[in-house]
Amino acid sequence: MTGELSLRRKSVNLVMLGLTGLCTVVAVGLLFFVLGYLLYQGGSSLNLDFFTKLPVPTGEMGGGMANALIGSAKVLLLASVIGVPIGLLAGIYLAEWANPTYASVIRFVTDLLNGVPSIVIGIFAYSLTVLKAKHFSTYAGGLALSVMMIPIALRSTEEFLRAVPNSMREGAMALGATKSRTILTVVVPAAIRGLISGMMLNLARVSGETAPLLFTALNNQFWSPGWNQPTATLPVQIFTYAISPYDDLHRQAWAAGFMLLFFVLMINITARTLVSRGGTKAR
Amino acid sequence: MATPATTPVSQARVPARASAFSRLFSGDSITYAVVFLAALTILVITGMLVLQLWTNGALSREKFGLSFLFTSKWDPQGGDFGALPFIFGTVVTSMVSLIIAVPFGVGAAIFLAELASPKASDAMTFLIELLAAVPSVIFGLIGIFVMVPALNVIVPFLRSHFGTLGIFSGPFYGPSLFSASVVLAVMIAPFIISVSREVLLAVPRDLREAALALGATRWEATWQIVVPYAKTGIFGSVFLALARALGETMAVTMVVGNTPQIAKSLLAPGYSIAAVIANEFSEATGDLYTSALIELGLVLFGLTIILNGAARFLIAATSDRIKK
Amino acid sequence: MNQKIAYLAGALLTAATLLPAQTLINGAGATFPAPMYTKWFSEYKKLHNDVQINYQSLGSGAGIKQVTEGTVDFGASDGPMNDMQIADFAAKQKTNILHFPTVMGAVVPVYNVPGVTATLNFTGPVLADIFLGKITKWSDPAIAKINAGTKLPDTDIVVVHRSDGSGTTYCFVDYLGKVSPDWKAKVGAPNTAVSWPVGLGAKGNDGVTGQVKQTANSLGYIELIYAVQNKIGYGAVQNASGKFVQGSLAGVTAAAAAQAKAMPEDFRVSITNATGPTVYPISTFTWLLIPADIKDPAKKAAIKGFLTWMLKDGQKMTEALDYAMLPKDVVAREEKAIAKIK
Repeated sequence: MTGELSLRRKSVNLVMLGLTGLCTVVAVGLLFFVLGYLLYQGGSSLNLDFFTKLPVPTGEMGGGMANALIGSAKVLLLASVIGVPIGLLAGIYLAEWANPTYASVIRFVTDLLNGVPSIVIGIFAYSLTVLKAKHFSTYAGGLALSVMMIPIALRSTEEFLRAVPNSMREGAMALGATKSRTILTVVVPAAIRGLISGMMLNLARVSGETAPLLFTALNNQFWSPGWNQPTATLPVQIFTYAISPYDDLHRQAWAAGFMLLFFVLMINITARTLVSRGGTKAR
Repeated sequence: MATPATTPVSQARVPARASAFSRLFSGDSITYAVVFLAALTILVITGMLVLQLWTNGALSREKFGLSFLFTSKWDPQGGDFGALPFIFGTVVTSMVSLIIAVPFGVGAAIFLAELASPKASDAMTFLIELLAAVPSVIFGLIGIFVMVPALNVIVPFLRSHFGTLGIFSGPFYGPSLFSASVVLAVMIAPFIISVSREVLLAVPRDLREAALALGATRWEATWQIVVPYAKTGIFGSVFLALARALGETMAVTMVVGNTPQIAKSLLAPGYSIAAVIANEFSEATGDLYTSALIELGLVLFGLTIILNGAARFLIAATSDRIKK
Repeated sequence: MNQKIAYLAGALLTAATLLPAQTLINGAGATFPAPMYTKWFSEYKKLHNDVQINYQSLGSGAGIKQVTEGTVDFGASDGPMNDMQIADFAAKQKTNILHFPTVMGAVVPVYNVPGVTATLNFTGPVLADIFLGKITKWSDPAIAKINAGTKLPDTDIVVVHRSDGSGTTYCFVDYLGKVSPDWKAKVGAPNTAVSWPVGLGAKGNDGVTGQVKQTANSLGYIELIYAVQNKIGYGAVQNASGKFVQGSLAGVTAAAAAQAKAMPEDFRVSITNATGPTVYPISTFTWLLIPADIKDPAKKAAIKGFLTWMLKDGQKMTEALDYAMLPKDVVAREEKAIAKIK
């Protein structure tokens, strides 16, 4: 190796280090940009009205998104109540009981479901619930979102349960516990951090979904009592207000965007710290 | 499955063959039934979904046949439906977003996996993965109010440097295929970075160390040894990102221009399958119109299945290779 | 302790999901009258707290579709349903659909030309040619001829139209078809959605407004109140008597008066390109689409009650939002027609 060759190779090395580093810095910078911009635009638009008032008639100024906040909460609650147990239990089945053929079939089908574009899930929920019941509703929105939660719940449950060492299962069984007892009192508690983390990430992901709600929960200018009426939700309001021409609605869209992002990021950060700090390994 | 160790104690406590009654209603059977039912529910839901798509899209399928995929006329009032403008828009925006995101995503992944210190790498990956969690509608919001106006500044530069093929010709109004591609690129980059980084980290240390021992610089070791080894996995991450880009609805609807046309220039407004369904489904009067939109949904679904399958296969192939 | 928490949570949840007994009605449709309708329903709720009418402005096309499928209690459209759509409704819902005019409004051509603050003049044929793609620049002689004294730049016109099914579109293309044989030949009969030869698509009156606001050198068509509320320039259009008239209450009222005799029993009438010196040529009625047979007695009573209120007190609120009041004889006929809702 001559001195010159070394120099060229050294400089290539440095340049590429710089370039790839730049790529990384840009990627990280994007997150800070998104956060910062939303904080700047949205934070300044957040006021008490946003949390307490209903939307005003088209073209008037003011109003808030109180009904959208509650609506989102209701839809997410329903989605979790339906989606999480199904995903969790099916995940337990896959991790603890299924023989390889059944397991691969279920995994394949779940992957299929996971790959369905969210707008198509919206169509599915519309055909199944709205068309049959002859009205848009909160529960239709909840159902659509639950279908999106199931595959992720299943995958993450299976992953975290598999990560629990077999020695624990065997130990419990050696002491005479039945299989279900073992799962309930030994395996699940051992994986609980991961399971909760997985459910939180799942919730964060569907809380931002807009497309499935467009033809299920529709929207509402007023409070939506019960579960049978259309309801306003945060993502749909952001979309509607963003494409409107009114500056006041744009301001409210930023505020809503900030709330949504804050919620999603807080859950993500909590969920990931839960898992990385000891306990079962995250990935 | 582990078999319980048989000891005199367990034998005494658990009789070898319990009565049929107690076996039927033991905790195990009930639990088994419940979890099996849960798994079955997933099969049923997916089955219903595919069935619904298939039957509700039948009207359109019967009327247009395969030519649905190749006709570009979308005329709801005349009853003439062709999917080509939407397939074009979906494919073009996804491809262009990959062209933007892949070099920069793989570059970042290489830096994070090979060249950065482990602590910095973990911290930065954590932040990049948070970007993946940002909802689509928020990217749309930023797209409309920040990115599209910013593109106005970049477009003259693009025109002068890349205008040869005519892909940056014509007027630029803001909403366009290119705007959608840029927003998509930002959305899929975290997936490429995250998965590629994992694949790169999984490459055995010996390979790197051997290269370094032979006098290679860090970059040479990375680029000429590690990356080729993980190539298939990196391709897998690209396919995964592509699958995500195809199905993206909200961010694209807000910046793509919503015009069903096939234009040569990326700066022209366009449409994507997901965007047209989102915009037109609630007003599709007549069964044929609705059916055409559902058939479009099925086409999109089909594309995502194929890509997801290919992605999974490639990533698995890399990890198999690494295990050998 | 845990029990107490459970009770509290249960109570809060119940409170969040239930309200005193209400009649909840859902409607969807046109964006054209959305400022008026949302105002009306909000005011009506203040007067009758037990009636909550939720109106979603998704576009006339969506209004027609959703009321036909029965997923909403009523629809709204500025393009009257055509015979095929009426038959479709009868087949699906086993009853007839009734059109109830509510207000009249103007569809105005809006533009965003940097440096131009004056009100631009347009003729029907000029508008048709712009939307056909035949006139492509603001400096075109055809535009300059009717705008002597206004300096127009030599830039491309960015045409903006509706991407969704729209009654506003219906009115606009109905007008274009009447004044331009070229348009009629190339694009065809009026409909809520057409194959636009050129232009960008935007969703809803609000989408077009936003697009025009953000895009230099653009030209679109929207309902008058959207132009006023968003402070964008809207042009004057030459009417059948040769005068250039801007969209206004007076112009719309004159247009309706000119066509009043021709109003059929089902209230479906076009008032575009009416004759008269003060007429604004791109005017239209907008209709609520209400099924003739409403099964739920509470909903039926509420809708009938709203219609009665709308025809009296509601009409007093229209002018504040630049919508024209219904002509008196139309009001009288509608009050009789309310009885058709069984």
